[in-house]
Amino acid sequence: MVPVNYYVILSAILFTIGALGVLSRRNPLIIFMSIELMLNSANLAFVAFASVYKTFSGQIFVFFVIAVAAAEVAVGLALIVEIFKAKKNINIDEMNSMKG
Amino acid sequence: MSSDLIVFLVLSLVAIATAMGMLLSKNAVYSALFLVLNFVTVAIFYLLLGAPFIAMAQITVYAGAIMVLFLFVIMLLGAESLAPTDSLPWQKPLARLLSVVLAVEAAYLLLTRASSNLVVSMPDASLNSMDSLREMAMALFNSFLLPFEVTSILLLVALMGAIVLAHREKEAK
Repeated sequence: MVPVNYYVILSAILFTIGALGVLSRRNPLIIFMSIELMLNSANLAFVAFASVYKTFSGQIFVFFVIAVAAAEVAVGLALIVEIFKAKKNINIDEMNSMKG
Repeated sequence: MSSDLIVFLVLSLVAIATAMGMLLSKNAVYSALFLVLNFVTVAIFYLLLGAPFIAMAQITVYAGAIMVLFLFVIMLLGAESLAPTDSLPWQKPLARLLSVVLAVEAAYLLLTRASSNLVVSMPDASLNSMDSLREMAMALFNSFLLPFEVTSILLLVALMGAIVLAHREKEAK
């Protein structure tokens, strides 16, 4: 018997680590990975509450979040490859113009 | 202390340690591998919570597809470690401060608002039968049919977007 609060605390810790990664790292790939970590921590809270309330809605929402994350990564990594082709580096500080 | 609480504590230590490893690694390849381990740990949490389908989807989609894509792009671009820049030197301390604020806020809400009488019990053997999967499929294709179809359109749009982005550089050559 694990209290559901423990799962929520773990989810909050993982979310904070992901937010710190987005704010402090300069490598856009690591920023992407931190976003994935934050999505995952939200998924963990969803599944924990779905398990407590014995409903499938939370699990199905997690299913949709996984699909959205896959779509986001496919487009985002294609954009990063394009930016690398145009600028020859992927430093986040130099992505400050819209003309490529 | 019950056995599933011990499993939970050990797994959460592993999850937090791998997340910190992802954050602190200088090499992006190590970060990606730490994140794979983190995703596998979260998948084991899903198994503990009685969601085997989501756990397997997590391993195949996240640890399998997404992280392989990440590793592929990291190695393709040679972006293992970027040279440190000194623009925006105030950014890192500010980021640490903001994440401490976020953590304090989350802890405050948890301590004041969370109800403590909800517990997660270990999944029983009925989860191993086909019925639980069938029940989930019924929910997915009846009450969530429209979001399911919208997700398929979203995946199609992402596919087309990735192809268009990859195609443009071929014309430029």
